[in-house]
Amino acid sequence: MTARTIAEQVRAGERRATEVVEAALVEIATHDSDLHAFTEVHTASAREAAEAIDAAVAAGNDPGPLAGVPIGVKDNICQRGRVTSCASKILEGWQPPYDATVVGRLAAAGAVIVGSTNMDEFAMGSSTENSVYGPTRNPADHSRVPGGSSGGSAAAVGAGMVPLSLGSDTGGSIRQPAAFCGVVGVKPTYGAVSRYGLVAFASSLDQIGPFAANVGDAALLLEVISGHDPLDSTSLDAPAPSLVAHLDEGVAGLRVGLCKDLIEGASTEITAAVAASAELLAAQGAEIVEMSIPELHYGLSAYYLIAPAEASSNLARYDGVRYGLRVDAANVAEMNAASRTAGFGDEVKRRIMLGTYALSAGYYDAYYAQAQRTRTLIIRAFAEAYASVDLILGATTPTTAFEIGAKVSDPMEMYLSDVFTIPTNLAGHPAISVPAGTGAGGLPIGVQLLGPALSEERLLRAAAVIEKGRA
Amino acid sequence: MSEPAPLSADDVAKVAVLARLNLTDEEVERFTGQLASILGHAADLAALDLSTLKVTEHPLELSNVLRADEVRPSLDRAEVLSQAPAVADDRFLVPQIVGEEG
Repeated sequence: MTARTIAEQVRAGERRATEVVEAALVEIATHDSDLHAFTEVHTASAREAAEAIDAAVAAGNDPGPLAGVPIGVKDNICQRGRVTSCASKILEGWQPPYDATVVGRLAAAGAVIVGSTNMDEFAMGSSTENSVYGPTRNPADHSRVPGGSSGGSAAAVGAGMVPLSLGSDTGGSIRQPAAFCGVVGVKPTYGAVSRYGLVAFASSLDQIGPFAANVGDAALLLEVISGHDPLDSTSLDAPAPSLVAHLDEGVAGLRVGLCKDLIEGASTEITAAVAASAELLAAQGAEIVEMSIPELHYGLSAYYLIAPAEASSNLARYDGVRYGLRVDAANVAEMNAASRTAGFGDEVKRRIMLGTYALSAGYYDAYYAQAQRTRTLIIRAFAEAYASVDLILGATTPTTAFEIGAKVSDPMEMYLSDVFTIPTNLAGHPAISVPAGTGAGGLPIGVQLLGPALSEERLLRAAAVIEKGRA
Repeated sequence: MSEPAPLSADDVAKVAVLARLNLTDEEVERFTGQLASILGHAADLAALDLSTLKVTEHPLELSNVLRADEVRPSLDRAEVLSQAPAVADDRFLVPQIVGEEG
């Protein structure tokens, strides 16, 4: 059942939120011991919230557009008084003293948070293997990764434990796991969704976004969490867009660029899925234009200098003083180092080291500033492309989900799984991964649609055409 | 832009001090190889002439976003302090900074 149907029925008094939430808790109890998508299930507070929604409906009040819909929230989005650990030992047991803006918006819309979802530590990773809680498994094949870093959110929806979840996307951390788990994932325009209460990884790239089993539900969740927030100084001063209402308006007359630089290097079955998706769009009146944006090839290199540089600065706050792990030592500097050494995992240390190096005297211009200029190059190349096409179509990932353990010893190999998703984050643009069939072993394939800033409505419309065409 | 000198184990040990991380010799060796591989991939950027381009620090062209200068509630002090590793007299407690015989 879709989230929209659940909410409609709960609002109309045809179905009780308590029943919906109990059913989700049963699904989680049945599947999550194998999949490990959740870091914590909030049974008591979820039941309480569901009862309040049923009471509101009984009293004649409208609980909101997501009334009674169970949702999972990534473990790096602050929930007041609930453990929010970023799957890191350094924040083990930390209970934020405030809610993220998106958490408040979910509650105001009647959604019920049933649990926190697993992730790569501080959202650094592409497989959800870098978690202090242990890895999450792919619902389609338990020997494989769900992708990352929002792997728990993707697996929770992919396995049908919840209809919706929230993740965060810094270089592909929503779209890549969405593709691996056969669900819809949206990375919104930078500034469209408040980052207040999202634990910072790379502040100029991070965005919170939705996972859903279908395009319409993703559109509804995105509507609920979008819109200006005075608590986030990088929040766009624009009203939340109307997305669901325009979902069925089709793609007639749209020019869609089939971008070879977002396809070359993908497996044969994924390349075929992109071509099939282009045909579905063409059948509904879109004009498909073959195009190339060669500058996108520099995205990966630029990203793996910029994101670690910002991370090294953001993660300086974990010093054993105000929150999180402290390892005692004779003086403050030694206590700082001992706490960070014990609290951070290998991948986080690697990125802090990389970022600190790229920002250090003598290397700043050669690495960090050069990467920032490359970012300008990519933004210009996209702008030129969007002068002649409305949307861009490509692959989300080069391969389907890989085996657990396959890439843990080779970071560069792991980073390459984000090669098609990274350019979007550098530009601050929105993009969506939508299911486009399965490949060998029944593993899900996703295709990616990209658009200019604030083109979410158009992206979702095109994704809906692909979804409908495959049905 | 010219390519910087390759990363050495000494560089990694130096950066670890700046980043407040204690690395073992084995970790220094492993990170040196891994970081050199990542930086090696970034050599494609060094080959680009981008001297005419400005740096992008941020995808939005925003500057000086300020809120109204009005008093509003801040976080609850007891709740914040309840999450600290060590507290004394409503303050964060840290190991001694100034020498006892100062």
